[in-house]
Amino acid sequence: MSRPRSVIDILDLSTDELDALMRVAEDIIAYPDKYAEVCHGKKLATLFFEPSTRTRMSFEAAMYELGGHVISMTDGASSSASKGESVSDTAKIVSCYADIIAMRHPKEGAALVAAQSATVPVVNAGDGGHCHPTQTLADLLTIYREKGGFSNLTVGLCGDLKFGRTVHSLVGALSRYEGIKFILISPEELRLPDYVKNDVLDRGGIQYAETSSLDDAIGSLDVLYMTRVQRERFFNEEDYLRLKDSYILTPDKLRGAKSDMAILHPLPRVNEISVAVDDDPRACYFRQAANGKYMRMALIMMLLGLGA
Amino acid sequence: MNIDSIRDGIVIDHITAGCGMKLYELLGLDKLDVSVALIRNVTSRKMGKKDIIKIDADIPVNFDVIGYVDPSATVNIIKNGELLKKLTIGMPERLTNVIRCRNPRCITTTEQELDQVFRLSDRDRQEYRCIYCDTKAN
Repeated sequence: MSRPRSVIDILDLSTDELDALMRVAEDIIAYPDKYAEVCHGKKLATLFFEPSTRTRMSFEAAMYELGGHVISMTDGASSSASKGESVSDTAKIVSCYADIIAMRHPKEGAALVAAQSATVPVVNAGDGGHCHPTQTLADLLTIYREKGGFSNLTVGLCGDLKFGRTVHSLVGALSRYEGIKFILISPEELRLPDYVKNDVLDRGGIQYAETSSLDDAIGSLDVLYMTRVQRERFFNEEDYLRLKDSYILTPDKLRGAKSDMAILHPLPRVNEISVAVDDDPRACYFRQAANGKYMRMALIMMLLGLGA
Repeated sequence: MNIDSIRDGIVIDHITAGCGMKLYELLGLDKLDVSVALIRNVTSRKMGKKDIIKIDADIPVNFDVIGYVDPSATVNIIKNGELLKKLTIGMPERLTNVIRCRNPRCITTTEQELDQVFRLSDRDRQEYRCIYCDTKAN
């Protein structure tokens, strides 16, 4: 039996499709009324097996703004999963109630398992430390709108590059554009995993450098992508406490940066970007959160075959 | 050392020396109630040393396991004491329920009924990764 198209990894989307999604998102931003009834009569199910505020709300807002409805499971602990139901069974059941599923789960690969069983499209809204494609869609639209394109950019990725799923997805997506260069800024213990370096960067012949110093790298960057060191990804609390404050971006640190460098962060932040940076015109992270909603709208439309 | 030739069965030849035991275990040959010989460090003109496995029974063998453990191994199918077919297996694109994912964060650790599936991610490095979490097989 053929399954409907799902998006589990950002690489499930071709660069042509990414470009098309960005065009639709920009059109939604310019003409929101045109899209207000596109998903009339359609239902999105949000299945969140681990806590999330912004991703879930962004998906829900996206569906409401397309004129559709939302049904939700917001807490895995009180759901069928707590009674031992498999992800596969949950996906089959929810397919009976909704036209599309957005799912977050703490286990890596859970969204793929759901997509293999569901009879409606599944969008991975984060599977542990593995993939988070719709965050990458938000990141791409933000870079595109702030920098006018992707070619020949030097992108600094800073913080937790080991467990940061948004980083892995972003590296994969940006590597498909010409002349992109990465500066990987992290403590030794949180470096980008070898499989991303080998499979994506080395194989694609992408230029990259690794450093533990943000100060050394910041002057060469067109984009600085900050990440949070996430407590929930560590088995050992001591390791988390030792590494959590490795990089804190302050106005002082920004003095050495280009005047048009774009600062992105997938949010939520804890303290890795000082609040004093928020008023700097280079700070794009709140615009990035808004962009995420528009890209999710475009993606929902595409997967439902509604003209994106 | 003399090992009897077999009448109906399979000879896995040209196994890289040292890989024979892993292949023996992954093929589950220890669980079979038939004559099986694992011969290690046999002198070979081509390879210097090699391992050989002889199975004296016409039983189904998972060729994917052979291709995964040692893609250069050859498989000889023996019928009525004659060589019926000689096969080189090569690396399979996918491996199902041969090895287990060791990533404690992988969905396969909690959903026990899932097949353990690995894909060939890099032919040159003979590298396989879990299709669910992308963790490299050891």
